[in-house]
Amino acid sequence: MQARQGHRELGHTADWALEVWAPDLATLLAEAAIGMYRLMGVVRADGPRQRRRLELEGADRESLLVEFLAELLYLAESEGLAFDVLELVAAEGRLEARLEGAPIGSQTKEIKAVTYHKLEVRDTDQGLETCIVFDV
Amino acid sequence: MVDLKDLRRISDHEWEIPTSVRADMRVPVRVFASRALLEAIGGESSLEQAVNAATLPGVVGRVLVMPDVHQGYGFPIGGVAATELPHGLISPGAIGYDINCGVRLLASNVRFADVEGAIGDLASALDAACPSGVGTGGRLKLDDRELERVCREGGEWARRRGYGTESDVARTEGGGVLAGADFAKVGRRARDRGRTQVGTLGAGNHFIEVEVVDEVFDVDAARAMGLEEGFLTVLIHCGSRGFGHQVCTDYVKSFQGAVERYHIRLPDRELVCAPNDSPEGQDYLAAMRCAANYAFANRQVLAHHARGAFTEALRGRTREPHLHQVYDIAHNMGKTEEHAFDGVRRRVCVHRKGATRAFGPGFPDLPPEYRAIGQPVLVPGSMGTASWVLAGTEGSSERSLASCCHGAGRTMSRSRAKRTIHGGALRKELEERGIRVRAGSMPGLAEEAPAAYKDVDAVVDAVVAAGIARKVARLRPVAVVKG
Repeated sequence: MQARQGHRELGHTADWALEVWAPDLATLLAEAAIGMYRLMGVVRADGPRQRRRLELEGADRESLLVEFLAELLYLAESEGLAFDVLELVAAEGRLEARLEGAPIGSQTKEIKAVTYHKLEVRDTDQGLETCIVFDV
Repeated sequence: MVDLKDLRRISDHEWEIPTSVRADMRVPVRVFASRALLEAIGGESSLEQAVNAATLPGVVGRVLVMPDVHQGYGFPIGGVAATELPHGLISPGAIGYDINCGVRLLASNVRFADVEGAIGDLASALDAACPSGVGTGGRLKLDDRELERVCREGGEWARRRGYGTESDVARTEGGGVLAGADFAKVGRRARDRGRTQVGTLGAGNHFIEVEVVDEVFDVDAARAMGLEEGFLTVLIHCGSRGFGHQVCTDYVKSFQGAVERYHIRLPDRELVCAPNDSPEGQDYLAAMRCAANYAFANRQVLAHHARGAFTEALRGRTREPHLHQVYDIAHNMGKTEEHAFDGVRRRVCVHRKGATRAFGPGFPDLPPEYRAIGQPVLVPGSMGTASWVLAGTEGSSERSLASCCHGAGRTMSRSRAKRTIHGGALRKELEERGIRVRAGSMPGLAEEAPAAYKDVDAVVDAVVAAGIARKVARLRPVAVVKG
């Protein structure tokens, strides 16, 4: 029996694909973030805890997902931050995120971008699922 | 999935997917590959992605697929598509996130046999001189004013700052600069990411290799390029770093709305696009050219660091070491060019993603010393295998929109490579073959293992047999530096 939320890496010749499932959109986005950090091999340092608030808009669920992950990639590269506490509220094309995390101690992989390639957030009996292709 | 049975054989190395294969195709797809390579390509979704590209409004001629093609996101990697000007489409996803990812080749006056014992030191010096790895910044910190100059001037900016010579700039595709760059069209996030990354290699499949000229096939062309058997060269592969990634990310986002405004129907959202002459299209082109120029400057600064490392590591072991630029080419780019379609010359926007330009002799953009031989085409192999220097042919404009392959092309997914290949063991194997390795990440090394790629020699044989390039020289690696 599959857990109600989770993620796993799928094969893709050039890039990385991540399958994510969760009961609702907010949890799906948070789970996708955790999966993305894992693909990047992010290890957080013991440095001071940092908090950020994000407010994002997207025309649909897919756009919100790409927007959110792209914002986390930007924060990882420009401020060197990765978050492990993700409190998200997603509704009607809007996302409010309260994030708490720490400076990145080490990271093994670089993700260039989150793509829209064949991106679709699908409804399932258990909630939602999607597959995200990253350019690496 | 495209069925290989639907392909029409044009010759042993050219295959066509006719428009009858799918109702929404506007033009056919032409694949350059041997039968063996074609069968490998047919096993994944890259041909379907090429068919998707053939549905873009305003696409002209044929969508082209190079033998090193593999599946990408939206547009295949190893794909080329021209759209008519001024109304045809421009698609950020058909150029890629790493705008002007490309390759620069420097050749030296140093004979490998004279410095064989110093190659390990040379690899270490290159590793120390060229910042690499995830999120690593360089020695330059640029404010907005200086960053704007980088974006406007490209390679010339680096030369004026003392990072190169006039010959370097002249021997760079398009003189190392795309006209029409407008920094005002680059967002704040891209600027933030770009400030510290000029002169950095990055991670992933980017690398610096030291190679020996193993065999010369075209003596005249090799002489013009300064390539001589037994001498060392340096190959640099990287792009526009976080700056370019963010530019593409920002415009793929803003184009989502443009698709609706211009009533464009797409088989894949990653192919989002807008008419070339629309405000959205013009803004993206202006920003994309900034990122392209950033990448030319980046590789120029890295070339300068490579020269420093060469001198430092080899001084006293040989006569004064010197590295001259052979050429620098882009393989993720959108360019305005003129090509003949059914005998009629037209100005078009050529999208190349994982494909290089390959103009033949006489092309006016080439420096005088290359006009008679054609444009140098640089084809890096997978790590530890041969790389190739080719030259564009007379017929390349008509046959392939003057385009050629950009590398070996992956065949194995990164996750499978990581599972089946151990980075440490691979490093040992390469070292045993006399290839010095300096790598920041062992799992990263495993993902780039030669077994995860096609045979570059077979890829090169296919483009040569198809008449879109000819062989000049083969290079053999002796050191690899990776982030």
